Amino acid sequence: MAIYIVKRFFMMIATILIIATLTFFLMHSIPGSPFDEERTSNPTIQANLEKYYKLDQPTHIQYLYYLKAIVTFDFGPSIKKPNESVNTQLARGFPISAELGIVSILVAVLSGITLGTFAALRHNGIIDYGAMTFAVIGISVPNFVLATLLIQQFAVNLQWLPPATWSSPKHMILPTLALATGPTAIIARLTRSSMLEVLTQDYMKMARAKGLSPFRIVFRHALRNALMPIVTIMGTMLAGILTGTFVIERIFAIPGMGKYFVESINNRDYPVIMGSTVFYSAFLVFMLFLVDIVYGFLDPRIKLHRKEGDA
Amino acid sequence: MVSHQPPQAQDDWFKPVAKDAEKAESVVRPSLSYWQDAWRRLRQNKLAMSGLFFLVLLALFAIFAPMLSPHDITTTQYAKQNMPPSSEHWFGTDDKGWDVFTRTWYGARVSLFVGVAAALIDFFIGIIYGGISGYKGGRTDSVMMRIIEVLYGLPHLLVVILLMVIMGSSLTTIIVALTITGWVGMARIVRGQVLQIKNYEFVTASKSFGARTPRIIRRNLLPNTMGPIIVQMTLTVPSAIFAEAFLSFLGLGISAPFASWGVMANDALPVILSGHWWRLFFPAFFISMTMFAFNVLGDGMQDALDPKLRR
Amino acid sequence: MNEQQLANANALVKERQEEVPSLPKAVMTEKQVGQKHKRQPDYSEKVLAVEDLHVSFKTFGGEVQALRGVSFDLYKGETLAVVGESGCGKSVTANTIMGLIPQPPGRIKSGRILFKNKDLTKLNKAAMRKVQGVDISMIFQDPMTALNPTLKIGEQLTEGLRTHQNVSKAEARKKAVELLEIVGIPNPEERLKQYPHQFSGGMRQRIVIAIALICEPELLIADEPTTALDVTIQAQILELFDEIQARTGVSIILITHDLGVVAKIADRIAVMYAGKVIEIGDKREVFYSPQHPYTKGLLASVPRLDLKEEELQPIDGTPPDLFAPPIGCPFAARCPFAMEVCEKVYPGTTELSETHKVDCWLQDERAKHVFQM
Ligand SMILES: Nc1ncnc2c1ncn2[C@@H]1O[C@H](COP(=O)(O)OP(=O)(O)OP(=O)(O)O)[C@@H](O)[C@H]1O
Ligand code: SF4
Ligand SMILES: [Mg+2]
Repeated sequence: MAIYIVKRFFMMIATILIIATLTFFLMHSIPGSPFDEERTSNPTIQANLEKYYKLDQPTHIQYLYYLKAIVTFDFGPSIKKPNESVNTQLARGFPISAELGIVSILVAVLSGITLGTFAALRHNGIIDYGAMTFAVIGISVPNFVLATLLIQQFAVNLQWLPPATWSSPKHMILPTLALATGPTAIIARLTRSSMLEVLTQDYMKMARAKGLSPFRIVFRHALRNALMPIVTIMGTMLAGILTGTFVIERIFAIPGMGKYFVESINNRDYPVIMGSTVFYSAFLVFMLFLVDIVYGFLDPRIKLHRKEGDA
Repeated sequence: MVSHQPPQAQDDWFKPVAKDAEKAESVVRPSLSYWQDAWRRLRQNKLAMSGLFFLVLLALFAIFAPMLSPHDITTTQYAKQNMPPSSEHWFGTDDKGWDVFTRTWYGARVSLFVGVAAALIDFFIGIIYGGISGYKGGRTDSVMMRIIEVLYGLPHLLVVILLMVIMGSSLTTIIVALTITGWVGMARIVRGQVLQIKNYEFVTASKSFGARTPRIIRRNLLPNTMGPIIVQMTLTVPSAIFAEAFLSFLGLGISAPFASWGVMANDALPVILSGHWWRLFFPAFFISMTMFAFNVLGDGMQDALDPKLRR
Repeated sequence: MNEQQLANANALVKERQEEVPSLPKAVMTEKQVGQKHKRQPDYSEKVLAVEDLHVSFKTFGGEVQALRGVSFDLYKGETLAVVGESGCGKSVTANTIMGLIPQPPGRIKSGRILFKNKDLTKLNKAAMRKVQGVDISMIFQDPMTALNPTLKIGEQLTEGLRTHQNVSKAEARKKAVELLEIVGIPNPEERLKQYPHQFSGGMRQRIVIAIALICEPELLIADEPTTALDVTIQAQILELFDEIQARTGVSIILITHDLGVVAKIADRIAVMYAGKVIEIGDKREVFYSPQHPYTKGLLASVPRLDLKEEELQPIDGTPPDLFAPPIGCPFAARCPFAMEVCEKVYPGTTELSETHKVDCWLQDERAKHVFQM
């Protein structure tokens, strides 16, 4: 297990480094200086600005500064808001985004697994058809479409819920619904098919032959095995939720990291884009790492396979 | 000895029956080729067939409707801003006075083009990369697979956003950005299928089936291995359509007057409150329906091509 | 029947008898059929009576009539071997007794399963759970898949006990250790904490057997328990069955393809074909004087018991489609002795002795003249 974790850890570091390097060189391949648009007529001001952002240095020196920035977790000042550092923006936005993300993931995982499990247990029954119809619709309606429809219906027409911001539990309902529906649908579909597969296994027949309670059969014997594939897609799921926060925060005017990120994209605020990209990626890759470890604990066979290094 | 014979047996039935050779054989069903069989199964799936029907209709409209439309959607029509659906403007008009019906079909062109192009390019890259990896095997394979594993860990949409920022928004960049990250899944599947073929070749060769091997591969194995690849392609389309709409919605899409459903939805966002519902409803409806159609078609094809998995 | 016809018929039969391989008498010696020494079944005590069981499955293509009237009895301490071609309904019979038929698509259409004066087909799920694992246990074919890969074997061993009997964790553990010792797993204390993947196939089958025995059932159903194991381990597992039976007096239904297994440990043999028991009898009766042409073919297809190929070799042709089984004898299409009557009416059961019963028209007086046997 230890070897497995260490191996995964180095993989994670490598991935973060690749993303950081890619980001850096991609951003530097853009012709011209970010200040060109600003029409700073005065060349000295521009030179000073470039010096302030270390843009006067040769690329490889800049790269080293950049790596240092990543290691020390200090992404320097924003360009469009010079008196605000990227860190401040991240620090302000991240907790809100994290809250939105975590609530949505919890909703998606819990409801998706419940739905998928019931669908599998009532295979070809009404619950199954209902749940799977919901699931296909859920993966087909983009989150931003769903978000606007929800606002239109529940905030504008019915006026049951507030249309924007993130200040009370009541405010959280619509954004969470909009963000969690897609992942819920995916998890429900996967849980169902994986559960159906598990239910045909000999050990399930054996569990039934022991005369165990249906509760124990489902929760102790089936679910853990059925959830294994769910854990493996958690990484992709998280990525989806994370990018989903970009649009959801924009639509609901939630002052999270996604909102800053989208703003920085539209403003071409390079330090913020770079900082956020690296931060997001590192966060995601770290989550993938955690997912791998969880998988290792869920599946006792992993320990044996450590020599091959993967599951 | 006690006999309990049913009374119905008549004495003259006790004589041997003429034995003809065919009798021992069960009735042979007309053998259909793999593809005919798959098509037959797909046709039985009503949902998948309605998806296919919708997509054909959508493609026809996307090709012909813009040509036939009498409405100008390049210059602002101040007289016709934000008109609700009417006999002249079936889907109403937007804030520039452009006919939403006409723009919707331009949007369909964009979505279908992006989706199909992304799927095809993924397919080619995937075939080459996965083919080489699986065919060469050994060291090459493990290095190539490591690379894929790292790429798999990248947050795709984030990379796409980054590329879009750098390359500027256009249809080409969207497709390039999507395929740069998208081919990985296809490569994995192709590799798996190639390994399967190789394995089969190895087995039959060692059993000295000799000359019959290529025919078996062509007749039985190739169709079977093509199945998952085709399904993957079908399911790539909706995710590419989603990605395009998502990017457009973030302001990274193609710009007016060229329409894309994502752009239209984005433009309509501020006006939900003013009640111009048609501006949001139609693009949203068509994005969702198109993704829905591709998803159910993909599911249906999966069932049809791999009947073992049928549930 | 006139002279001409008779002559024709006899010529036909001669020709066909050449196709029928020699009867097994010649190849089975007393030694090979073997004798269990450790215990004798008690034929005064009936443990299980299956009566005219019909089971069907609804599928895409229609209704599969998997069992079409299966009847047999089982006595205390005896081993009944159930043999027959793939798809003849052996597993469905076992699963139906065990209450494991998924409903739907499966359905018990008629018949009774009497166990301890209860008709198991009438029990609801909750009542059936009190029988499963307590009174009747089952052992599956593939030990590699019969154990849950994510649970420690200690838990898998004790959970049945703890569900059905009010025992403490420590007691259950003690019992589990005892059982592992009986089935021959060294270091049972430590082994309880391990996962299935840490055991070999033979060991896993021993664990599965231990699980089946933990509540001391009266009936053990083993569905091809040795098929997935290699030969030396097969012998050990069979030895274990014998030992356990001697120790506990459990009755065993043993489903198998392997006549070697049957010869070694069975007391009686039931031969199934197309969802029916077509011949049943004492081991000797079935081995030495098989009456049903299918049984004859089955036995004859095993050339020598001491040779390696002990598996039942298929007879020419295929069993009938269970979607639309023939109204007459299902074996008629493959039977060298098939008569018109066989295609028209299903033969009744002939009792050749107290134990030996067969479903075949050849037993009818009128058939004796046809083939001059
Ligand atoms: N769940 C099910 N759904 C549909 N048909 C079934 C189901 N289970 C069994 N059958 C059918 O019932 C018949 C008997 O199957 P069964 O598994 O009892 O055969 P078997 O004698 O055990 O064969 P084998 O030696 O291969 O194990 C088969 O034709 C099979 O197709
Ligand atoms: S009943 Fe007729 S067909 Fe069936 S086994 Fe006997 S002789 Fe053959
Ligand atoms: Mg079976």
